[in-house]
Amino acid sequence: MNRMPSIVFAILCMAFLIYSGSIYIYGASASEGTEFKAEAGNGKLVWQKYNCQGCHQMYGLGGYLGPDLTNVSSKWQNDTILEAVIRSGNERMPSYHGMDRKNMKALLVFLREMDASGTADPRNFRREMNGMIYRNENRN
Amino acid sequence: MKTGTDGNLFFVLALVMLLIGMLAGIITGMEYVIPAFLKNYIGFEALRPMHVSSVLLWILLGATACIYGGLKILRPGKTSGPAARLQWVLWIIAIAGIFYSYYNGHFGGREYWEFNPVWSFPIALAWILLIYNFFRALRGYRNWPVYIWMWMTGAVFFLFTFIENYLWVFPFFRDRVITDMTIQWKVNGSLVGSWNQILYGTVFFLMDRMDKTGKTGRSKMAFTMYFLGLFNLMFNWGHHIYTLPGIDYVRYIGYLVSMTEWIFLVRIIYQWKQSMTQARQHYHYFPYRFILAADWWIFLNMGQAILMSIPALNIITHGTHVTVAHAMGTTIGINTMILMAAGFEMFSGTCTRFDKGNRMLNISFWTSQVSLLVFWLSLNTAGIIKGVWQLGDRHVGYADMMRSLTPWFIVLLVSGFFLMISIATPAIILIRSFIICRIRRPETKTRIRTAMVFTNK
Repeated sequence: MNRMPSIVFAILCMAFLIYSGSIYIYGASASEGTEFKAEAGNGKLVWQKYNCQGCHQMYGLGGYLGPDLTNVSSKWQNDTILEAVIRSGNERMPSYHGMDRKNMKALLVFLREMDASGTADPRNFRREMNGMIYRNENRN
Repeated sequence: MKTGTDGNLFFVLALVMLLIGMLAGIITGMEYVIPAFLKNYIGFEALRPMHVSSVLLWILLGATACIYGGLKILRPGKTSGPAARLQWVLWIIAIAGIFYSYYNGHFGGREYWEFNPVWSFPIALAWILLIYNFFRALRGYRNWPVYIWMWMTGAVFFLFTFIENYLWVFPFFRDRVITDMTIQWKVNGSLVGSWNQILYGTVFFLMDRMDKTGKTGRSKMAFTMYFLGLFNLMFNWGHHIYTLPGIDYVRYIGYLVSMTEWIFLVRIIYQWKQSMTQARQHYHYFPYRFILAADWWIFLNMGQAILMSIPALNIITHGTHVTVAHAMGTTIGINTMILMAAGFEMFSGTCTRFDKGNRMLNISFWTSQVSLLVFWLSLNTAGIIKGVWQLGDRHVGYADMMRSLTPWFIVLLVSGFFLMISIATPAIILIRSFIICRIRRPETKTRIRTAMVFTNK
């Protein structure tokens, strides 16, 4: 009995490490493949640097004061308009008029990359009787 | 300063963070109701992390205090006082850095840890010292009761997942945006599981002390629940990312593992009658009352969590205030109630009296429960309205939909204000007790200890 907790603990830890390692190495998205997009990664840093996540979401994850921005690139279809909104702000959103070109470019690439990764619109999922959801092929 | 007071040091700091966190929460809530409120001085993007980080620090420091408080009783004099105090100083440095970071807009971290990542170093070092002190105190201690296992699990897994939380600094992880988000939410799930291990371990420890048999912490059922909790800590995070375009098996595992929570829920219902009998018996014992309140909130939040873990229902609540309601319900209803129980049982000092007739504590306790329920319901209602909007035709835009939620945000703000006052009351009473005990010397403590009205009637 005394050794039992140690054995169960060790087995669970092994399973946890294998599962974690598989996600680190092979990734969590088949569509990502092995292609690394450094510009998108830098844009993610800008997203964090200005704490956009405090008010906005990606795939429904983040703050809820502002709208989800996963597919904002395809919504506006024009980086100039998007940049203008970011620089001017609005009633609730601060203006980021001081953001330099490099950061702005990286942020816009990140937003395009997120948009290309899929849709965050919940209407784009079909529900099954077993409770599972599946993504529809066609995007709205 | 003796080693025995280390838990108190951490608990006082934790209570201060709780007070700051609640105040920041109210001001943050004002920004929902009054657009542009304080926007020119300190925006929502700074206030929200101030609120979230303060509350996280309350839980983490409180959990640290619980481990030190428990070790002080189980293994008196076995922890290193200098290591504990260095750990405390590291937390102070981290807290100062985090608030400086937020106030000056020096962000850089991920959601919930938005401060400049440099301030994560003192947190990690402080946690390493906690682990060192933990194993130092338990050297030669065999046949651990379940709460020692839970404290160990919480301490070790927190450090692991906290480091994992910063894998994004490497381009190998950061440049794969979906994998990076998956790791982020894997981490968030495990971090919550880690501090829950410490806090639920503390409940087992307190119950063991209250029933005086010492059997609670060594029963097979306790160990079964511990391993089920550990299993969930490790693998129950997939429900956060059902909508991410990730590999399907991550979602399947998340769905299957989260359904094991039914076992916890069924056990709570099964033990309900016994809990009610105990509740009547121990009602006047203040720490027990907080544990009982935590039990109710576990029931409500676990029921909600199970429903939210079903992907077909998750698609309605995901990205809405229902998830905020769940987060608030667990951090306030469960974590804070457990920490308050620990505060009154383990750290309340021995220089002041908290007797059953303390009107202020009674009123604040019931006000906190009622206002938390209203708070929780208003968030859930706002979330469901948003969820229906997300799945509908969206004839109204996002801004108009958010404006339509204003009445619910006003209810949220008013109930949040009462919640703040009612939780601040016992927090201030505890802080006052610590100060009195620090001013009065140990000989006074000994004399007053006999007059304590912490009787288990």
